[in-house]
Amino acid sequence: MTVASQQVAAIEPKANATVRSRRRRVVPFVRGAIAIAVLLAAWEYFARSGIFSQAITPPLETIASALIAMVADGSIFKHTLATMLRVAIGLVIALAIAIPLGMLMGRHATWERILRPPLAVLMPIPSLAWVPLVVLWFGIGNVATVLIVVYASTFSLLYNVWMGVKTINSIWVRAAQAMNAERTRLFTHVIWPAALPSIITGIRLAFGRAWIAVIGGELLASPQWGLGKLIFDAKEYLNADVMLAALVVIGVIGLFFERVVFQLLERATVNRWGMANGGQR
Amino acid sequence: MAKRIDLRHVTLRYITDSREVLAVDDVSFTVAESEFLCLLGPSGCGKTTIMNMIAGFLAPTKGDVLIGGADLDGTKHDRGVVFQDFSQLFPWRTARRNVEFGLEMRNVPAAERKRTALEFLRLVGLADFADVYPHQLSGGMQQRVAIARAIAYSPGVLLMDEPFAALDAMTRDEMQRLVNDVWQETKKTVVYVTHNVAEAVYLGDRVVVLDAHPGRVKAEIALDLPRPRDPLSAPFVDAQRRILSQLGMH
Repeated sequence: MTVASQQVAAIEPKANATVRSRRRRVVPFVRGAIAIAVLLAAWEYFARSGIFSQAITPPLETIASALIAMVADGSIFKHTLATMLRVAIGLVIALAIAIPLGMLMGRHATWERILRPPLAVLMPIPSLAWVPLVVLWFGIGNVATVLIVVYASTFSLLYNVWMGVKTINSIWVRAAQAMNAERTRLFTHVIWPAALPSIITGIRLAFGRAWIAVIGGELLASPQWGLGKLIFDAKEYLNADVMLAALVVIGVIGLFFERVVFQLLERATVNRWGMANGGQR
Repeated sequence: MAKRIDLRHVTLRYITDSREVLAVDDVSFTVAESEFLCLLGPSGCGKTTIMNMIAGFLAPTKGDVLIGGADLDGTKHDRGVVFQDFSQLFPWRTARRNVEFGLEMRNVPAAERKRTALEFLRLVGLADFADVYPHQLSGGMQQRVAIARAIAYSPGVLLMDEPFAALDAMTRDEMQRLVNDVWQETKKTVVYVTHNVAEAVYLGDRVVVLDAHPGRVKAEIALDLPRPRDPLSAPFVDAQRRILSQLGMH
């Protein structure tokens, strides 16, 4: 085969793939929108059916006006910001713990042997089960809620980094060593990017868990601000519309991260490198 | 620049399931500076194991491997390696950045790195594919990038382990011509592992024929046909016949 014909062979399927992938993106979006519309309509029917009082199952309009009121007085932004900050700080701490430990576990059998038992014991404990103890130790406040986030997200992250590093294609390590990559640069230039697909998967899972944990943690351990706190306080006054409005915000933010932030991250790395099917090609 | 390679009584034993296996038995040979040596043998003859010892990935149980007259030093010694597996390229780096890797490890400044990488991509005929990721290249093109990557930082020796075994026959012929050209251009000391007799005769200044179980040297055959060699010429066919008879297949 000549160079030119190889070039065509390499480029042509790409053009087709672009058309197909646009279609692949639009069709599920429409389907998803329809599904959500059906869900909302079902809620509306249920709310107005009179099975329960509208005070505890408010129709969409009431939920919307509660949301608009919270937007107007700015309180929803403070609650959201407080929650997001807790998730962000918790995730950063979890990354700082999980990435070095996971890399050590993936590369060195000794570290793997040392860390595997505690990991196996701690991983199955639901993070929310720690809330009362954490409150006992650190009181109600940011420390407690952030710790819950750290606990919730560290393990899925650690597990993915560990497995990602352990299963990278060993030929990359050999090739790098043949080119005189010493220990430090072997980690930064080879093992890190090679494990990145798994690390991104880990961050994705960790974010989901952190998001669940922070709301739960805030229900019990937040002094003033936070979406969980908002729900908890609204319960005291039977404000079902505020509670549901908060749930909508939680759902929308979760969806935004899953569908926009992480997809962009994957498109810029894993997909671009053709590593979408794990580390191996 | 090019360095000689000496193997002196190299032996490798390893233990599997409490059974001791003698993989390589007392192998000695020398590769002169700028010589192209082919290691030829049936599968299981330990040719890849020998190459891994020259590359420093494995330490011999007994004997010495010397490069440029000095003992191997695991991380610092001066070799380029091309593997059979296409996946050897780093998928997260473009072709050019793959070729730059060895230069980066030697702290060559970015601008010079880029210039050198492009020069070597040109040498293997891939100048137009510098900014393409490996998964967008065909198998033959990926192996060409791997060759460029293995020589871009000017190692004294180049080790190739059946680099074209997984390619189709036509691409393989093209790649063998390319290796011949690149070698004539760069004059590296090359150790080329293959199980293909025609490939060994096309490329080698000398062919070391190995015996299997355990791997040991069976014969050394010098080839002085003029390059580029014509696989259809009588001396070429004759050389193949001589090697095949050494392998006991003719």
